[in-house]
Amino acid sequence: MKKHLVALVIIVLCSYMLLQAMIELPEYGSASVPAQNVVAERYLAHGIAESGATNIVSNIIVDYRAYDTLMETTVLFTAILAVLITLKPK
Amino acid sequence: MVVPFIQLYGLYIVTHGHLSPGGGFAGGTVLGVSMILYTLVYGLDQSLKKVSHRVSTTLESFGAMWYAAIGLVGVLRGANFLMNRGAGVPLGQPGQLFSSGLVAVITLGVGLKVASTVLSLFEILIEEAE
Repeated sequence: MKKHLVALVIIVLCSYMLLQAMIELPEYGSASVPAQNVVAERYLAHGIAESGATNIVSNIIVDYRAYDTLMETTVLFTAILAVLITLKPK
Repeated sequence: MVVPFIQLYGLYIVTHGHLSPGGGFAGGTVLGVSMILYTLVYGLDQSLKKVSHRVSTTLESFGAMWYAAIGLVGVLRGANFLMNRGAGVPLGQPGQLFSSGLVAVITLGVGLKVASTVLSLFEILIEEAE
């Protein structure tokens, strides 16, 4: 019971912090936010010259946002690890 | 019968990930699905003879480590982690197979990893069901 209470407090605190951070986010689709116009234009204009790949999507996910993709593969790794731990094959 | 063609197509998507639509995630899924089809047709025992759990978990770890190791290329050349052109990696002619520096190399690792993830998830889960 005490354990559940601690978990509940942690969840509420984390949700509160995330919601506070969300208030700071720019308005969705607003044209005056740099992340929603300048960055995309820059990727399209200089992407091929800066990464050398003609597939812009690959450029962005493996070059500009490489950290993000690295963590994404780590998520896959963690998922398989969890499944292996719970359902270990003989 | 159709499995090698699916694998060829998956391999094509992975190796041309930097040229045409596709990439490591899409191509890796196609590669993994080809072995899932093999499992569905010939059964789990036959499939485990082709790709054992040991092989798929090794590929799994290899894919993740490959990505991080390629990221270190940038560090070794005196630039930031996972940097491509900034680290002085030759980019080649855009549009050719051997171009785009580290993008193509990383895509290969991601493809292997996603293929083994899809396959081992499926095999472990149906093993549990049997």
